[in-house]
Amino acid sequence: MKKDNLPAAQFEVEVPDTLKTEEMTLNMGPQHPSTHGVLRVVLKTDGEIIKSAEPVIGYLHRCFEKHAENVTWHQVIPFTDRLDYIASMNNNLGYVIGLERMMNLQVNERAEYLRVIVSELNRIASHLIALGTYGLDIGAFTPFLYVFRDRERILDLFEEICGARLLYNYIWVGGVAYDAPQGWRDKVLQFIDYFVPKIKEYNDILTYNKIFIDRTAKVGVIPADVAINYGLSGPSLRGSGVEFDLRKDDPYSIYDRFDFNVCTGKGQMGTVGDTWDRYWVRVAEMYESAKIVRQAAEQLPEGDAKETVPRNIKVPAGEYYMRTETPRGELGYYIISDGGKTPNRVKVRSPAYCNLSVLPAIAPGVMVADMVAIIGSLDIVLGEVDR
Amino acid sequence: MEPILQFFYNLVPGLADLPLWIAATIVGAIVVVAMFTYIALFALIGIWLERKISGHMQDRLGPMEVGGWHGWAQTIADTVKLLLKEDIVPDKADKPLFRFAPILVFAAALSAFAAIPWSRSFIPANLNVGLLYILSISSLVVIGILMGGWASNNKWSLYGGMRAVAQIVSYEIPVSLSLIVAVLIAGTLDMQQIVLNQSGSILSWNVFRFFPFPFIAFFIYFIASLAEVNRTPFDLPEAESELVAGFQTEYSGMRWSFFMLAEYADMFVVAAIATTVFLGGWQAPFEFLTFIPAAFWFLGKALLIVFVQMWLRWTLPRLRVDQLMYTAWKVLTPFSFALIVFVSLWKIL
Repeated sequence: MKKDNLPAAQFEVEVPDTLKTEEMTLNMGPQHPSTHGVLRVVLKTDGEIIKSAEPVIGYLHRCFEKHAENVTWHQVIPFTDRLDYIASMNNNLGYVIGLERMMNLQVNERAEYLRVIVSELNRIASHLIALGTYGLDIGAFTPFLYVFRDRERILDLFEEICGARLLYNYIWVGGVAYDAPQGWRDKVLQFIDYFVPKIKEYNDILTYNKIFIDRTAKVGVIPADVAINYGLSGPSLRGSGVEFDLRKDDPYSIYDRFDFNVCTGKGQMGTVGDTWDRYWVRVAEMYESAKIVRQAAEQLPEGDAKETVPRNIKVPAGEYYMRTETPRGELGYYIISDGGKTPNRVKVRSPAYCNLSVLPAIAPGVMVADMVAIIGSLDIVLGEVDR
Repeated sequence: MEPILQFFYNLVPGLADLPLWIAATIVGAIVVVAMFTYIALFALIGIWLERKISGHMQDRLGPMEVGGWHGWAQTIADTVKLLLKEDIVPDKADKPLFRFAPILVFAAALSAFAAIPWSRSFIPANLNVGLLYILSISSLVVIGILMGGWASNNKWSLYGGMRAVAQIVSYEIPVSLSLIVAVLIAGTLDMQQIVLNQSGSILSWNVFRFFPFPFIAFFIYFIASLAEVNRTPFDLPEAESELVAGFQTEYSGMRWSFFMLAEYADMFVVAAIATTVFLGGWQAPFEFLTFIPAAFWFLGKALLIVFVQMWLRWTLPRLRVDQLMYTAWKVLTPFSFALIVFVSLWKIL
């Protein structure tokens, strides 16, 4: 990685040699309101300007991968919920599709459609949280409550379909845990009708606010090559202008049947790859997800959605790397089976972890306040970073 | 303070027989207690209002439980909780400074109330340099904040203190300059005279006279005063998402609530200054409305400005430090200088 690939530092202070100055080491976190959980960043600061930032992780480590080796294939699914607890459905999906591909299993049409609907609804819910907390990071309180009002409706839909509001354990091998109750499809369509105009409300109060643009445009710029070299994915990568979305580029489930666009950052307010672009990609993706949900709900076929295999499955020996597009990016499950009742190994390639790794590269030369904006724009979930 | 002394002499004739300095001290003490009570009440109601306003702006109800009707007793309950809390002074803190900081901040806020004209006769201290007095005494707040930030021995607090100093010192300049525009019109620094100078209908208020210069000055003053009292979008010294809570991080219980009290008192003070200097003070907007007491008009106008302050807080994000400085030095200050020149020319020609 060449140094000159990185964007120029935003602020530089020239200090005369005669003046004695000292760098201050500052622990941002693990108890800090804007590190989105228990992230700790060791900052070296010169006044308000950051010289270096080093993320320290592991405060939320729960041994997911070790747990996975000791429970049956199906029992891993609830653990995947707890990786990225803001988008549990998407986590279920990746693991389950991986197993199904190893077992060469066909899933009922209705189940496939339900999976897509809940995954995309969950993507909207996750992006809503990203938006709201990003507003909080920048200092705007009200958008946070707005997005929670609308996320609540998604959670109500989830509660109706699977009984849970946060950790769903809904997508099972061979199908889904429960079929959608009567009238659920219409409620989904109603929600989409309600929700799409609401995005304008967020744009009015936050996205196009002058102060918000001042705070986020041209801040924390990640050029496309840096983003690729650090293995960024999801909105953080697309914010840098790279058109890469696994739903299009490596389609899984039935995503190839739907019409939607891949949104990328275009540098409308400043430079391509700044925090505003990453934020904007999320806003734009909500429109696209709403489009997918509407198509899927309208086409939702009748039939059986329950799983087609017994609860205690055996997966043929072998290994498989399954990657899906979660709201945070490329979530990869590297699954090794020895043909037994439990996984031999499940390794997770966590998008939030890889996205966070770019932080030390873009932090030098920004202000403490920008640091908060950058962490927020990467939209990390510590449950997934630490696993 | 002659009108007030006279008022008390009429109320308690025995006071007039005492030597002046004793009578003045007694009356002064009563007025201070009254002001303190007013600030405490204002903070209680103001915090409750802020919660309700923010609640309704955010599509929720705000406090609804404590006390029955719309949670009216919520802040009282909170005050009791704060009073009962353990008084924590961090081990490594600079203890005398740590204890003194909230007192200084609050004292500065309270002293500013002395020169605010509530009506024709009620002005605790009718100074001929009232405006200058208020501006200078409220600058003391920044020393208290820096003190608290430094004494807490916490790096976040130190940042908060440093930011507060840089911010408040910079914004005092546009504040003073925009007020000078009004002073030029009135030709006096006496708060009561400035109000009397605007008597008549709403059109003789300073905002609408010499249009549009004092009108712009009013907005400059309003923006800069937000920075003076650390309200959004200039709440950098206590930016909770960046600096945890800035200079307040290590404070708890009563000490913290004194910072809070001072913040609300300051909010009212800057609103009161704006009312007095630009919005005709305690005068009614139209002649036929003068039967309504002056204090009502004064309070109404000031609370309207306080409401706008709250409104902005729940709408806008926060600026960054360099943008804050940019706004102060490159936007507000040159504009207020220009306004001074224009108004002076208008006066002379």
